[in-house]
Amino acid sequence: MNGGRRGNGGTGRGGVPLIDGIDKVTGRARYTADLERADGLVGRIFRSPVSHGEIIRLDVSKARALEGVAAAITSDDCPRTYGVLPVAMNEYPLARERVRYRGEPLAAIAAIDAETAERALKLVEFEVRELPAYYSSEDARAPGATLLHDNKPGNLEREVHNEFGDVGQGFAAADLVREASFSCAEVNHAQIEPHAAFADYDPLTGRLTVQSVSQVIYYLHLMLARCLEMDASQIRVIKPFVGGGFGARVEVLNFEIITALLARAAGGKVMMLLTREETFLTHRARPQTDVKLKLGLRRDGRITACACEVVQRGGAYAGYGIVTILYAGSLLQGIYDIPAVKYDGYRVYTNLPPCGAMRGHGSVDTRHAFECLLDRMARELKLDPFAVRRANLLQAPTRTLNDLMVNSYGLGECLERVERASRWTERIGRLPAGKGLGMACSHYVSGAAKPIHWTGEPHAVVNLRIDFDGGVTALTGAADIGQGSSTMVAIAVAETLGISLERVRVVAADSAITPKDNGAYSSRITFMVGNAAIDAARSLKAVLIAAAARKLEARPDDIECVGEIFQVGAGGQSSLSFAEVVKAALAERGPITVSGAFTCPPEAQGGKHRGGAVGSTMGFSYAAQVVEVTVDETTAAISVDKVWAALDCGRAINPLAVEGQIEGSIWMGMGQALSEETRYADGLPLHASLLEYRVPTSAESPPIEVQIVESHDPYGPFGAKEASEGALAGFPPALINAVANAIGIDLSELPATADRVMEALVERRRRQRLGDARRAAS
Amino acid sequence: MERLRSVKRLLKVQVNGRWREDAVADNLLLVDYLRDVARLTGTKTGCDGGECGACTVLVDGRAVPACLTLATRCDGCAVETIEGLVVQGRPSRLQRAFHDKLGTQCGFCTPGMVMAAEALLRRNPRPSDRDIRIALSGNLCRCTGYVKIIESVRSASEMAS
Repeated sequence: MNGGRRGNGGTGRGGVPLIDGIDKVTGRARYTADLERADGLVGRIFRSPVSHGEIIRLDVSKARALEGVAAAITSDDCPRTYGVLPVAMNEYPLARERVRYRGEPLAAIAAIDAETAERALKLVEFEVRELPAYYSSEDARAPGATLLHDNKPGNLEREVHNEFGDVGQGFAAADLVREASFSCAEVNHAQIEPHAAFADYDPLTGRLTVQSVSQVIYYLHLMLARCLEMDASQIRVIKPFVGGGFGARVEVLNFEIITALLARAAGGKVMMLLTREETFLTHRARPQTDVKLKLGLRRDGRITACACEVVQRGGAYAGYGIVTILYAGSLLQGIYDIPAVKYDGYRVYTNLPPCGAMRGHGSVDTRHAFECLLDRMARELKLDPFAVRRANLLQAPTRTLNDLMVNSYGLGECLERVERASRWTERIGRLPAGKGLGMACSHYVSGAAKPIHWTGEPHAVVNLRIDFDGGVTALTGAADIGQGSSTMVAIAVAETLGISLERVRVVAADSAITPKDNGAYSSRITFMVGNAAIDAARSLKAVLIAAAARKLEARPDDIECVGEIFQVGAGGQSSLSFAEVVKAALAERGPITVSGAFTCPPEAQGGKHRGGAVGSTMGFSYAAQVVEVTVDETTAAISVDKVWAALDCGRAINPLAVEGQIEGSIWMGMGQALSEETRYADGLPLHASLLEYRVPTSAESPPIEVQIVESHDPYGPFGAKEASEGALAGFPPALINAVANAIGIDLSELPATADRVMEALVERRRRQRLGDARRAAS
Repeated sequence: MERLRSVKRLLKVQVNGRWREDAVADNLLLVDYLRDVARLTGTKTGCDGGECGACTVLVDGRAVPACLTLATRCDGCAVETIEGLVVQGRPSRLQRAFHDKLGTQCGFCTPGMVMAAEALLRRNPRPSDRDIRIALSGNLCRCTGYVKIIESVRSASEMAS
């Protein structure tokens, strides 16, 4: 609980480029697939051709016997489960006894080259007794359905039921109560780097090094130790450059463990490069979600109650599922002041690739439903969408009904900014035919306040070292996956120490060197690691000031730092350069290493009710956005002309990076809203390529005008909160609201593809004709 | 399969200004030649063939996906990769702009994106935003929403004139 009062954080208002940006633009940056592997083996995975079945026979002996094959493994080589949540580790790296989705890994090969490995795959012998398979939540939940996991009746991974406040009373007090259903397709992260892992097992020392595309090398480390039954001290995990994550890599993935198992079995190095299709099969993204939502609204715009039922088609294994279904309910709150909220959530096991966490984890589809229905009801009551949101703003600091802390709250200012920038008031209702404006709000956590693995340790630790060269090296386990977290650490350290950014070097995400970090998820790094970096820098500064004081024969309190000059008093008759201070400090104690930490206090860790920790955070980001669309009623194509967005990130430590994150997250929301969808036919993915899975290209992406709102969070580092996820959830509803404004049709399914829009247009025409005919007849 | 692999021919190709001769299989893709034989790993593989543009390189000045190009088809050609834009250790104006304007986040699409933009600026030194959007539409980026990529290319084109 520190960091709020001190320091500017901000390095001038433009921000700075990424400290590793030059490596990326010159092609010098080494990603996992780029690692030197001259004497390495090639890994390949044999995957299930069926969606659900009992394994009768799985024999890799012929594959193993093929010349050039160094290892062929099955679950006999790893009879241990893994998973991200300690309570739900129900998955084997290679399926054991049962397969539960098409494409699930069954066996793996390491061979001298790709051709040999692929020939070996063809020699794997596999017999299966097929079981009934379910590809929708409804089918999986039907009475009598075969269970995917014997301990989960009804194929329900988790049910959540809670009610805060009195919903019945809330609806009774409303002037308008409406209920609507929404369906949101399953989407995928589609990070541009396909999955890859490189494992090096040294049989002489018994040590294992794994380099992987992970966002969570600490969890990977734990699961490698568990699955390979190795002492964790004999394992080293390194994150090279990572080509995007968005949640795809926030849990340990089967191929990472498989690669390590292969390397050990082969006694060498194995490079596993998954194809794009396999990357889609690995999945772990946002589930197909059905939302049934009921809201009560008064004529003055006040929301009186909210009742929400969510069903998530979770796929075959647990993954983060429990957390996702809890987030969907808990983040109904924390954005508006709602006196009563009821939530019923169902996470369902199905015979499809397992879902997981994706940017805006759990919050996106329910936020979509909420902002769409709120807009429809506002229209019915002839209220302005901005006015309705304003009527329900929170007052920070406060606690929500479900015991989430809201310590800073810039949503009101976000609304003003986008209302003005988009010229909403002048333009709404006055646009030409086919054009429309829509708006929506959203929010997200700045790090889950309660860690998944409750170890009692601080939630983030950063070490700083300084030696004879006068360079400051920040050691952090935080995984920079392109979001710029290493740059953020460098800025936090430089700002706190008052030294130039160039003096700071960041070494990140190598378990042999850097302190453990929980990883890049739930937008935790800026808030938690940023605070830890400031804490470490303050400790280092105290050491340096003490050394300067001794050298200058002054009291530490009298030392003033002006940039890298340490002087006595404001006048500064006697002063020392940074190099001289470092020399003085080292003379006392040799090379210096200090540690800084950050922990979210218990009161920030959510309510006492079951699952109450999910959604808890020290600081919510808030966003509002306006989307302008053109809908062509002939082709039913929607084009997004422009987006205006404002996000309250507390304080922009690096405004350039904050803008980049907001633009990227809004655009990712656009993909989900317009075109992205993974579909399956009997469990066979139909969209497992970037041609079929339609990520928007530069040609159809709009200009996005971003405004940064700074509410100065009392606990954030320099007042900062997250900026990478909060804006995403607002885009789909803002788009659907804009389409409604343009053509008067309320779409209830995502994505709003031309097919779906056309269907709605045809249906409307049919109804109009029917109405005309009836009128003519009467 | 075995037989196919044994068919190799001599490839003479200029890579980033330097002529090379390598015996390569007929079916070797340019992207694999660059990454595995020439060890220029700046060029990325992001998909299973022609989906994402991360492997874009210039062949005789034209932007092509190296994953849809056979290495042997480049016999006698000049191939330029992201590494080739760096002259005496200094990034090109375009690379600099991608760095300064945050046209790169995770960086994985960046080499292909920069090469596609390089081809554009060579044939059209002052492109409109629309021109840029069209020229880069075969290159997917998942981080930036393209906003700062377009800014980077525009900024480089303005610096040039």
